[in-house]
Amino acid sequence: MSKKYGFSSMLFASVVAATALIAGTASADNVRIAMVVKNLGNGFFDAAHDGGQEAAKELGNVDLIYTGPTTPTAEGQIDIINSLIAQNVNAIVVSANDPDALVPITKKAMSRGITVLSFDAGIAPAGRLFQINPSKADLIGRKQIEMASKTLGGTGEIAILSATAQATNQNIWIKEMKKVLATPEFSGLKLVDVVYGDDQSDKSYREAVGLFRKHPDLKAIIAPTTVGITASAKAVTDQNLVGKVFVTGLGLPSEMAGHVHSGAVDTFAIWNPIDLGYTAVYAAYEIATKKATGKAGTTVPVGRMKEITIDDKGEAAMSEPYVFDKSNVDKFAKMF
Amino acid sequence: MSSLPRLFPASDATKGTEKMRIMAVFKRWEFILVLILAAICVFNSFASPYFLDLHNLFDSTQSFSEKAILVLSMALIIIIGDIDLSVASIIALCGTAVGWLATQGMTTPQLVVASVIVGTLAGMVNGGIIVRFQVPAIVVTIGTMSLFRGISYIILGDQAFSSFPDDFSDLGQGYLGGMIPYEFIVYLVLAVVFAVFLHRTTYGRSIFAMGNNPQAAMYSGIKVDTIRFWLFTVNGMMAGLAAVLFTSRIGATRPNMALGWELEVVATVVLGGVAITGGSGTMPGVILSVFVFGMLTFGLGLVNVPGIIMTIITGCMLIGAIATPIIVRKLSRP
Repeated sequence: MSKKYGFSSMLFASVVAATALIAGTASADNVRIAMVVKNLGNGFFDAAHDGGQEAAKELGNVDLIYTGPTTPTAEGQIDIINSLIAQNVNAIVVSANDPDALVPITKKAMSRGITVLSFDAGIAPAGRLFQINPSKADLIGRKQIEMASKTLGGTGEIAILSATAQATNQNIWIKEMKKVLATPEFSGLKLVDVVYGDDQSDKSYREAVGLFRKHPDLKAIIAPTTVGITASAKAVTDQNLVGKVFVTGLGLPSEMAGHVHSGAVDTFAIWNPIDLGYTAVYAAYEIATKKATGKAGTTVPVGRMKEITIDDKGEAAMSEPYVFDKSNVDKFAKMF
Repeated sequence: MSSLPRLFPASDATKGTEKMRIMAVFKRWEFILVLILAAICVFNSFASPYFLDLHNLFDSTQSFSEKAILVLSMALIIIIGDIDLSVASIIALCGTAVGWLATQGMTTPQLVVASVIVGTLAGMVNGGIIVRFQVPAIVVTIGTMSLFRGISYIILGDQAFSSFPDDFSDLGQGYLGGMIPYEFIVYLVLAVVFAVFLHRTTYGRSIFAMGNNPQAAMYSGIKVDTIRFWLFTVNGMMAGLAAVLFTSRIGATRPNMALGWELEVVATVVLGGVAITGGSGTMPGVILSVFVFGMLTFGLGLVNVPGIIMTIITGCMLIGAIATPIIVRKLSRP
């Protein structure tokens, strides 16, 4: 009988011992910062992790813990944050699966003296010190007009192909784009139409083709949506308009690389997850080591990303969207 | 029969000499679980300096108390040879009801009662269909699994209820004496109630009889269908209770809450030594099993093992713990 129990507990012991080895050990004096992402195995967050490691290396005395649930659930993140509280880490940066459900647990973390910031997808204000947005509306609007202007040499007819007519984000960005177009700097660009592809590939494609028919002098389509930009680029290629009509806007490098090489797209932009991870970890370090307060109206220095300013809603914008072209799209296409 | 007072009679090997009786204790599945649990605790305390901390240990019980409550009633259902796969969906349904009623101005005690009632009704739907139409429980509860969560999706879509009375959060987030979570106390009380019910009442004996041979149980005068109906109802009631505790703990309701819990609960029951075919099992076994899973997950979390690897380890442990004794027994047979 004793043989039997020896076997099962030995098997078990080896599993646990192996686990302990995988996990490794951490130095006690270092600032321990945990990055909790929506789910593991997601290219966007792996890139954010790379940025976080870069910040940790630059700061020196930081142990970065990269973790997240297998599936993107709030429950999984709650369990993880619970164990991070038990480990008494110095700071937690979270991209939340649910803005409300994480509030009780992150409140508890803060009451134990742990710095809690959210990045990418925010936690409701009660559950974090501040939220780091990858960018903000005016920067996003301006960058897209700048890209179109640069490609066209400052003059020509442009059109916008958006998501749905009710999409909150897109409508704010379009409003900002119109504001920028009204300035003398971009007086050569003429906005001739705004159409809606409802974030469906086929409808976006048809709307793009419709734009070519209605406006023969059209020089550029700005699509502030990842679905719209790929569909528009496809339409340009299929209609043999490469070199005559350029597509720009917000897209994912992995989806856009082909269109950039075909010439349908000159430049496009999106937030850079590496910079975002870098900023989040850097800012968490500054707060946890009491070098900055993170209170509304103050700024937090964030290394090579300069600094972020916390607004009165407890939110901070990192920077303008990151621009991709032929020279860098392939490198990022592997990540997200 | 035995002259010694024993709280939990073993399902086998109760007769014989004193020596045989002591041997029987070591043969018990609960003994193996105690060994596994001890091994986990020893290794956790070596792997992480934060494991042996009373606050942390009590905090960690919050992560599994709701599931542990479901394990109690699920064990009874599996002992009679049935299964209920709809429990996690009942949680979503009750959570949605609690969230909506809170927006209608209900107080915390009213919300608790409402959640338990909705859960009980959902359990009655399961039990009613199973008993009235004699449909296998697995078929009915796969159906209601989609139905109950579906209702929650229709009501909420991609929205969430997140405004509750001020004192509502105390249920799932409060501590007795600043140390022991209320949720854990609720679980411990229920564990005693279920253990006494299964091992100390005639209903408990009837449940084992039904699991071993439902026909024979029926002919010996056990009201098989009535017991089945009430067990599913109780399971729904426990899901309602777990739902209100869970909602209170996370402070928000979404239709995807508690996704996949039904399988975790069934796995815990099976690791606790309940035969999936019914007829045998003990409450101490499933209670130990809850702690085995709970302490393992907590320990792995403390050393920041990623979720993907954690599920692989718990899966291997489940297979290893259940298969190893069977394999060893087969190999040692001449």
